[in-house]
Amino acid sequence: MGRVVLVTGVARDLAARFARHLADLAEGGTDIDKVVGIDVVPPPGELGGVKFVRADIRTPVVAKVMAVEEVDTVVHMGLVPSQRGTTVRGGAAKELNVIGTMQLLAACQRATSVKKLVVQSSTAVYGASPQDPAMFTESSSPRGAVKSGFRKDVVEAEGYIRGFSRRRPDILITTLRMANILSDQVVSPFGAYYESAVLPTVMGFDPRIQFLHEQDALNVLSESVVDDRPGTFNVAGDGVLLLSQTARRLGKPIIPLPPFGFGAAASRIARSMGSDIPPDLHRLLKYGRVVDTAALRDIFGYEPIFTTEATFEAYRQKVKPGLFAMIGGRR
Amino acid sequence: MSDEGFPMNNVPIGTRGKAGRGNATVSPSAAARSLAGGSAAPKKPVKKANAGAPAKNPPQQGGPRTTAKRAAKKPRTASAASKVAATKNPPQAGGVPTAGQTNAPRLRAVTEADAQAAATAAAATSAKRTRTATAAPLAAGIPLDEIFSAVLQGAQRVLGDDWEGRLAAILSTIRRRVTGDFDVDEFGFDEHITDIGIAAIEPLAEKWFRLEVRGEENIPQDGGALLVANHSGTIPIDGLMAGYAVRKYSGRHLRPLGADLVFSMPFVGQMARKFGATLACAEDAERLLTTGEIAGVWPEGFKGIGKPFVERYKLQRFGRGGFVSSAVRAGVPIVPVSIVGAEEIYPLVGNVPSLARLLGFPYLPITPFFPLLGPLGLIPLPSKWIIEFGEPIRTDAFPPEAADDPMLLFNVTDQVRETIQQTLYKLLVDRGNAFF
Repeated sequence: MGRVVLVTGVARDLAARFARHLADLAEGGTDIDKVVGIDVVPPPGELGGVKFVRADIRTPVVAKVMAVEEVDTVVHMGLVPSQRGTTVRGGAAKELNVIGTMQLLAACQRATSVKKLVVQSSTAVYGASPQDPAMFTESSSPRGAVKSGFRKDVVEAEGYIRGFSRRRPDILITTLRMANILSDQVVSPFGAYYESAVLPTVMGFDPRIQFLHEQDALNVLSESVVDDRPGTFNVAGDGVLLLSQTARRLGKPIIPLPPFGFGAAASRIARSMGSDIPPDLHRLLKYGRVVDTAALRDIFGYEPIFTTEATFEAYRQKVKPGLFAMIGGRR
Repeated sequence: MSDEGFPMNNVPIGTRGKAGRGNATVSPSAAARSLAGGSAAPKKPVKKANAGAPAKNPPQQGGPRTTAKRAAKKPRTASAASKVAATKNPPQAGGVPTAGQTNAPRLRAVTEADAQAAATAAAATSAKRTRTATAAPLAAGIPLDEIFSAVLQGAQRVLGDDWEGRLAAILSTIRRRVTGDFDVDEFGFDEHITDIGIAAIEPLAEKWFRLEVRGEENIPQDGGALLVANHSGTIPIDGLMAGYAVRKYSGRHLRPLGADLVFSMPFVGQMARKFGATLACAEDAERLLTTGEIAGVWPEGFKGIGKPFVERYKLQRFGRGGFVSSAVRAGVPIVPVSIVGAEEIYPLVGNVPSLARLLGFPYLPITPFFPLLGPLGLIPLPSKWIIEFGEPIRTDAFPPEAADDPMLLFNVTDQVRETIQQTLYKLLVDRGNAFF
């Protein structure tokens, strides 16, 4: 009897790809037997060998699924920022992130078959503020009060996970704090931001940003499923880019907006261009955030393939060039 | 129109009313005009002679202003214009009450003779101005070859003999900046921009502040080091100068550690990061020091930089000694840096604490010139500066657990502080007058 992996949130592209990847691994002769995907809505694409169960993780149904399938590894990928054009929008995001995580953990605590929990968290847990150190390590305490939005969701969800680890010390828990994924294949906050023809920025601020390539994200996730890698790890591409640098590389003009009331004005501009700036980006576009991935190398044992710059270049070559690409953009 | 301001010529065209009666404001009376007429009279024949058309325009006809003006507005070259003026003049001459010879036309048609005279005069002056007199016939056109050779000479003078290569390098640099093809490190440090900034403040340091650097051999040539300096001057220009001195005398970059206020301010925070600054916190300090960078710290913080002028060169409390703990953990030497001269650039004589609190600043300075002269008050006073890098204090002899020994940290902090204070006194005596 092989292992059974449950993946939550498979209606979203990264989770769907990961579930498919696991199913391929299962066919390829690893000890993984079956991959079960779960979400409230059916996935838009083909899931391959993944068994899809339409269920809401905010309800106790998920416990039944675990019991029936005898799941031993749970991959929680349902912790996502709210974004237009996806299934997670507005107030529903908090419901899904916080209540969903609580229910899932409650189900895991009951289920005797569960041996491992892998959580796709986010570097948003560190926030973004002028009091931040240049690079966050996994032990950095978040600065500034947590007010609202996705960051609060992540902080609360990670708090529940810590509580869960105390109650079930026998379960291996891997928390992967992933930087912003940038890819033309995956819907992401920065992907939505860069879609705009002109990029609203905060006047007088040029944040440092880090990206994560989807391939690295999938590799880290599957490594933590296949092998045992307990702990909390930052996952990001090496190096940083400045926001102004990314705009120049894309050949897109920027509109500097005053810091006061930036969120509302920027969202309005972006919507008029047919794209969106998710509210989670507002503070990030002002102060930026960089994480230290030393633990990922030294303890987890994974060397990211793509640097931040390479990730951005891969993205840039897939998307339509910007307005200024003709006169000065990179080939 | 050559004699502007002369009373007679200020009579507006088309003033109606009887000639000879001035209205006391714009047109002078006849008496006034006749008084002035004496000097005006000799000018007219000269103008007439220049006009070169005395036969067509008899002097007695006088040229009523309306027609003269109309003629002047007509195409200048055409002799037809003067013909029109000539034919139209006789019927109107009697009708318009003019003041005889004093009413000679100020405006007249420009004739071909005029144009020729002007052309020859222009040619003569241009021939005089251009060095080569033979080039005079060409002066009317654009001397493309001369401009080209001037540009080449200018490029050679500015960029040196290999100006082609340097120009290409500059252009490629600009292209890389525009296309975003440059690297910054994790702290946001942009080496290229920093070197440009250091070149930009060189005149300020060398000519304005007459910066003198002592003990530059104490800056470590390699490996991490923590530079600890006194802080003063209302605006942290001493940080810029220390960075300049370190870059100039050791070729390395100083990575300043700044307060979080710096990074919350628009433009300032952005530039600070690009110039290599980062937040003054234990994590960043240790990260910089363990990677072998020279970090600079000003432990007095706002207490030092915002202290009143009467307390100049009196060191404030040196924070909580966190910098020593970072240096001990990283095992790097502490270099005490004494900066003399920064206190006088903006003598802080007053403070508005309530307004400062409202705006979220630690202090709101009043200097003898600042709010009084507006932006001019932001020019730093040209005090004379001395920066002395002191003997490094080694910390690698301490065991790692010493970083958590408060008594040892306080002792080292005091040692650094006393060293800087004594050096400041010595440098002040050496410097003498603050400005000369």
